[in-house]
Amino acid sequence: MSSRIRIFVVELLSQMKEQDISELERIFQEKIDQDIKIEPKDWMPDNYRKTLIRQISQHAHSEIVGMLPEGNWITRAPNLRRKAVLLAKVQDEAGHGLYLYSATETLGADREDTIDDLHSGKAKYSSIFNYPTLTWADMGAVGWLVDGAAIMNQVPLCRCSYGPYARAMVRVCKEESFHQRQGYEIMMTLMSGTIEQKEMAQDALNRFWWPSLMMFGPPDTDSKHTKQSMEWRIKRHTNDELRQMMVDFTVPQAEAIGLTIPDPDLKWNEEKGGYDYGEIDWDEFWNVVKGNGPCNKDRIDTRRKAKENGAWVREAANAHAEKRKDRKIA
Amino acid sequence: MNSLFEYLVRLGDDSLILGHRLSEWCGHGPILEEDIAMTNISLDLIGQATTFLEHAGKVEGKGRSEDDLAFLRYQKDYKNLLLVERPNGDFGVTMMRQFLFDAFRKPLFERLVNSKDEQLSAIAAKSLKETTYHLRHSSEWVIRLGDGTEESHQRVQDALDELWKYTAEMFVEDEVNQNLTENGIIPSMEGLKEEWNATVTSVLDQATLTIPTNNWEQHGGRNGKHSEHLGFILTELQYMQRAYPGMEW
Amino acid sequence: MTNKEWPLWEVFIRSKQGLSHKHFGSLRASDEKMAIENARDVYTRRSEGISIWVVESSNIVASDPSKADSLYDPSNSKVYRHPTFYDVPDGIEHM
Repeated sequence: MSSRIRIFVVELLSQMKEQDISELERIFQEKIDQDIKIEPKDWMPDNYRKTLIRQISQHAHSEIVGMLPEGNWITRAPNLRRKAVLLAKVQDEAGHGLYLYSATETLGADREDTIDDLHSGKAKYSSIFNYPTLTWADMGAVGWLVDGAAIMNQVPLCRCSYGPYARAMVRVCKEESFHQRQGYEIMMTLMSGTIEQKEMAQDALNRFWWPSLMMFGPPDTDSKHTKQSMEWRIKRHTNDELRQMMVDFTVPQAEAIGLTIPDPDLKWNEEKGGYDYGEIDWDEFWNVVKGNGPCNKDRIDTRRKAKENGAWVREAANAHAEKRKDRKIA
Repeated sequence: MNSLFEYLVRLGDDSLILGHRLSEWCGHGPILEEDIAMTNISLDLIGQATTFLEHAGKVEGKGRSEDDLAFLRYQKDYKNLLLVERPNGDFGVTMMRQFLFDAFRKPLFERLVNSKDEQLSAIAAKSLKETTYHLRHSSEWVIRLGDGTEESHQRVQDALDELWKYTAEMFVEDEVNQNLTENGIIPSMEGLKEEWNATVTSVLDQATLTIPTNNWEQHGGRNGKHSEHLGFILTELQYMQRAYPGMEW
Repeated sequence: MTNKEWPLWEVFIRSKQGLSHKHFGSLRASDEKMAIENARDVYTRRSEGISIWVVESSNIVASDPSKADSLYDPSNSKVYRHPTFYDVPDGIEHM
């Protein structure tokens, strides 16, 4: 083949490829628009895959790092019932992390590589877990507010366009229904207790209120991923929509047990049928995301240490499995 | 002394303290799946502690609840084995401690199912199912680690050497047990140690581990004479109840 | 020290007698015993199952979705496989 012809053929092939891809993209978007789930081996645009891997692994990391602030209090829980509930809840979070890592693996991401990205600081997780849990009331506030916010984020994800993610979310949402309730129950018990207990509960709300509103991410005007994610139906609501829902749901719950939302600007807006709330300190948010939160380093160090300390165990199990295989063959 | 109360407290405290130790692993396990498994075992043990101590409180008849017993006794009134208060160490120490304990607990519960005390018998029956699973889990890990790499073999052999002296305490027969056996409340524990020995020998053999030759026996926990470690466990366990006395949570 | 991961396993659970095993998810385990135990701990924390199957993911052979047309569409035309294809007079029950 002469070189001119060869160039011609290469050009032709690449044109055909582009046409193929745009055709594939069209079919893909059609499926999305008809709410047909995308499954692991289906064709998908690279960016869709990357966006999902980023989002699902962040979600998984949040579950795993999220075990730590509550795990803190397992050995100090005030009675046996609370201890068992807290243990079960933190264990659920490990399970949820695992479901989610499994979902990223269906997209071709390797679990341990994903985890290494968390440990190196390359991957992010929900910034709320960089705040410390200082009193028992924080177990109440975390369950009520942090899990409350998480559920609000997660319920729409049950209808996400990517099948394995949606299915994982269905399980997670089902299992998490008790998480928020047990948190609210802790707060309720404290608010019907002594003065010290009421103060403890109010103090926990004061510290966790704003960070939990930040959990929905930056305002829509600054959110760089929202538009595309909504088109792909990975996301169903914008950050601000979800945040508004959170405020509207939570305020009456706080009032019902005598807690005060730490926001002087909070007031009911009849016209929009929701609450107006004060300015969120986005400077604080971005700082915590960047690593300047009170516990960022502790959290990551703890996770890294767990992985490092477990290396010999994982290696031993592999070695033993090899030996058993060899013995079977011999 | 109320022997049945004392006996139930021993059973409850073993579960409570070991459950506490295992719960310290939550969030720090060697791999996610094992983190979940250890938490399951911890949850089983805390559940056992709750039912044993609840029953103990009723048998005692002074109106103490399971929480009063779990959180508001002084150190010398806890009657758990020294073995279960040993620090977690590495994963090898934790699994070896678990294995040595499970291998004792399973045949113990198999006997206690026949207790004349209905409640004790019912708790034993439920706990037996859980313990059977725990023993399978810990045995398999001891085998994997013992017959794994050179490093894991050494670590788990060291764990065995360290923990061996605490195992004899499991089989002590004192007036508490004797009273209960004589009154027919608990069945005879004949053959318990032999069964434990058989399980331990078989698993350690598959794990290519060597049974220590040092037969020194360290006793104390059953009589409330603990190691330094228990004080720190109680400091955490009792923190809320001591710092905020008499409140509902 | 090598950092070789444990194999990935797919977990199938029969949630109650009379139903078939259903795919629940996946997990990592170094051997089949561990896979079964991990499956129990991870996927049946709320007693969701009575029977568990695990299979190493690498042993699963999957069809290619781009060939789905040739694999599944032909059966769409075999409507006679579906019971609603057949008319049954009114009043006939239990069929």
